[in-house]
Amino acid sequence: MSPTPSLEPDMPPPSDPPGGTRTPQVSYRQARPLAGAVFEVGGLSVFYGDHEAVRDVNLSIGHRQITAMIGPSGCGKSTVLRCFNRMNDLIPHARVAGKIHYHSEDLYGREVDPIEVRRRIGMVFQKPNPFPKSIYDNIAYGPRVGGFKGNLDDLVEETLTHAALWDEVKDKLKTSALALSGGQQQRLCIARTIAVQPEVILMDEPCSALDPIATAKIEDLMEKLAEEFTIIVVTHNMQQAARVSHRTAFFTADVDDKGERHGRLIEYDETSRIFSNPSDNRTEDYISGRFG
Amino acid sequence: MSVPQQRPRSASGSPGFLKRSQPRYGEKVIKVLLVAAALVSVLTTVGIVIALVPPTSDFFGEVGLGEFLTGTEWSALFNPPEFGVLPLVGATLLITLIALVVAVPLGLGAAIYLSEYASSRTRTVFKPVLEVLAGIPTVVYGFFALKAITPFLRDNWWFDQPPQIFNALSAGFVMGIMIIPTVASLSEDAMAAVPHALRDGAFALGSSRMQVSTRVVFPAALSGIVAAVVLGISRAIGETMIVAIAAGLRPQLSWNPLEGMQTMTAFIAAAGIGDVPVGSTGYKTIFAVGSLLFVMTLVMNLISIRLVRKYREVYE
Repeated sequence: MSPTPSLEPDMPPPSDPPGGTRTPQVSYRQARPLAGAVFEVGGLSVFYGDHEAVRDVNLSIGHRQITAMIGPSGCGKSTVLRCFNRMNDLIPHARVAGKIHYHSEDLYGREVDPIEVRRRIGMVFQKPNPFPKSIYDNIAYGPRVGGFKGNLDDLVEETLTHAALWDEVKDKLKTSALALSGGQQQRLCIARTIAVQPEVILMDEPCSALDPIATAKIEDLMEKLAEEFTIIVVTHNMQQAARVSHRTAFFTADVDDKGERHGRLIEYDETSRIFSNPSDNRTEDYISGRFG
Repeated sequence: MSVPQQRPRSASGSPGFLKRSQPRYGEKVIKVLLVAAALVSVLTTVGIVIALVPPTSDFFGEVGLGEFLTGTEWSALFNPPEFGVLPLVGATLLITLIALVVAVPLGLGAAIYLSEYASSRTRTVFKPVLEVLAGIPTVVYGFFALKAITPFLRDNWWFDQPPQIFNALSAGFVMGIMIIPTVASLSEDAMAAVPHALRDGAFALGSSRMQVSTRVVFPAALSGIVAAVVLGISRAIGETMIVAIAAGLRPQLSWNPLEGMQTMTAFIAAAGIGDVPVGSTGYKTIFAVGSLLFVMTLVMNLISIRLVRKYREVYE
């Protein structure tokens, strides 16, 4: 993963060294107990056609905590992430088996409306994908399609302030979001997500297309947002997982005798344990850089 | 099996060893042929415009521009001749409008269905079938209008006055059917080209499929969609056979689609295959009407380019 050239103009030097070069923190974030979990996942498998891409995943996601999902490419962590807001529904031939309960409601129950699900469980993607509309309209999009009745101007300002973007964009709300730098675009996408006032934010490698400075800003934002939102983040960047998350799930892929890869959850624990004293050798090998 | 041995090229040599070792005439020939191919269409267009100019200017030497553009009577080939082009322009506009009322909703609807709703299997079957519609000769559409649509309308008319045998409504309706594939196919291409990441973003914010289609995909594909509609309008304005057969050849200024009327193209066709003496005023009339048609299409294209620049959402 090579950082893209800096896209962030007029940036004051960051107070602490940027993302990739920060020394690993010794103090990990303290995970709270998992009582009253937001998600309960049991025996989750995901199929693409006949291929079982992810097999038998069990985990619980804590309320207002950051859960990181790490692992080598092709281990199914993004696939699992996309189960939480039913984005896999949009992929033809994708099928989900097992249980995902959201506040003890079966997320894949017969009467569950995926649109309703996605308004409560937002998502930020790997590559910033702002709509080719103005900054204002990007934020206003979600509330508008959701039938928001209040004052949109206020909501836009509030949301952008919340996402620490207001000062940078307040004078150009009507200009195209595509004129922003990559890091600003990604923060706009986060802002767009919280404008719908979800409970959970899913992030699929949100920093992988960004330079270290933009990455650091997103990480700061994530920490701030975790006070109000439950965040699940898929990342390739182990330092990022160590820095921001309370709990970490480590995935890897088994190759069966037919040569097919099946993603598996190997270990799920408090981040401090995963990075200091993992119980599985594969986790240890991965975080110490021996494979993956 | 032995690997064929290739002797390494010598890295050094006499001065100028990097010069081309063989002349490549083929490259030049190909380039000339390709330029010629590109020029043919440009030169043809220029040639048509040039050919239109002298008879048109001759015509306006004999008939005033004001009389031509504002007159409401058209009987160019009869005695006494009247050269008011408005009846022809009006008929062209009315029939084109009817065609658009049919083609734009149906064409865009089909495009949105194919691009956003249909499974890939449905799409691969549906789209070629749709495009076959575009391959039906327009004379067939013309007779379909005259022999199927018009009788149907006349037999099942709910209001007072049934349409005449030749009428603008049938012609416009069938013309609309004719341009649906153009509008649908090109619009679908434009919508399919919108990046999937935008749809994902919209779905993740809790949009329904219709909201994704109309609020994200449609605006992002607008320039392509407008281009599709403009191409459809151009085909409608220039369409001759359907209107000549189904709308009749009687020039009259009327906005009643139930009446017969003659469009600009129908006049050109009728006069062109008639026995108008070369060089007569009637003959020059053909070119004058042709020039006006050309100008109208051109202006429409310019306007649509402006509109697209103003409203499209550039996604890359």
